[in-house]
Amino acid sequence: MSYCFSQMAPRKKVTKTPTRMITKDIGGDKNGGKRTIRISRMSRYYPTEDRPRKLRSTKTAFSSHKHTVRSSITPGTVLIIVAGRHKGKRVVFLKQLNSGLLLVTGPFHLNGCPLRRINQIYVIATKTKVDISGVKLPDRLNDAYFKRQKLRRPRHTEGEIFDTKKEVYQVSDERKQDQVDVDKQVLEAIRKNKEKKLLFGYLGAMFSLGNKQYPHEMIF
Amino acid sequence: DPRAPGCRNRHEGQFHFVEIGRVALFAYGPDKGKLCVIVDVIDQNRALVDGPATGVKRKQVNYKSLHLTQFKLNIGRAMRTGNLLKVWNKESMQSKWDATSWAKKIANKSLRKSLSDFDRFKLMKAKQARNRLIAIECGKLKKQAKKAPAKPLRVRKRKS
Repeated sequence: MSYCFSQMAPRKKVTKTPTRMITKDIGGDKNGGKRTIRISRMSRYYPTEDRPRKLRSTKTAFSSHKHTVRSSITPGTVLIIVAGRHKGKRVVFLKQLNSGLLLVTGPFHLNGCPLRRINQIYVIATKTKVDISGVKLPDRLNDAYFKRQKLRRPRHTEGEIFDTKKEVYQVSDERKQDQVDVDKQVLEAIRKNKEKKLLFGYLGAMFSLGNKQYPHEMIF
Repeated sequence: DPRAPGCRNRHEGQFHFVEIGRVALFAYGPDKGKLCVIVDVIDQNRALVDGPATGVKRKQVNYKSLHLTQFKLNIGRAMRTGNLLKVWNKESMQSKWDATSWAKKIANKSLRKSLSDFDRFKLMKAKQARNRLIAIECGKLKKQAKKAPAKPLRVRKRKS
């Protein structure tokens, strides 16, 4: 069926776009007296590609990395921290954060380890698991929450080089509250366990290797 | 008779012998830890061995890979696997073996190896509790000894 122009629906009246060109008078003789000039200047730079495409790179940003966790590490697993400030401590694994780091808690009253992030490479996963399926973690526990705070370095002025106090890290009330909330639930979960007395002792004790104990021959 | 079945006086220079029916334990190799029966002797170094109840296929084996046990089954030379199984079960060899301290030691060793970190902690606590009880009893005995000192042991003079 051929379309006849006259039979088509009447076109909407197109409003005229504001003029792009303007005529201006210019001084001087024998030059025409007027010039038509654009109101808005043309761009100084036109890219060669209308839609610039990124060069192909095998590098991926950290945020798009896939973070896998060892299959032996599941929520509720007791982990042995092997390096860092809390080395030797046995802590309860809560969940893996978006950055791939593991969120753990002592619980604080048992071994002094707070809600903390650690990398799984500094951790030995034991076979012991606590059932923390009933534990609800506050939503605000994420990587931004745990990000290291930059403490102001003291400014040295003329007479005060040795007097200025260094800013010491202070635990925020928010952290303390979260610690209490999470630990209450985790301790409840441990109490429900059959071997709760020994588990409490176990989490409070430090791990060490004795003579003739070889980690590659041991089952954790 | 030191060669009688069931005799275990190896310390007095009396040995277990390789003989038809001797129950042996594999010392190494893929069958390590399994019991088998010496069914026939091939030559100075090898025996024909079979362990139908323990998953050892009938095969030739060097004596070096066998540890002889105290047990000996009364079987004929080159007894067939099926019949051997009947004799094994009749003698209830597996339960006899499990009752020996040798088998218990092996079981203990493998149990210790399989302990998890929490198990090792529990073991440590159990040992601690036991040793504390022993220490208490020891202390009681010491106290008694203090109250009633025992006669000093007579020192035997060595003949010069």
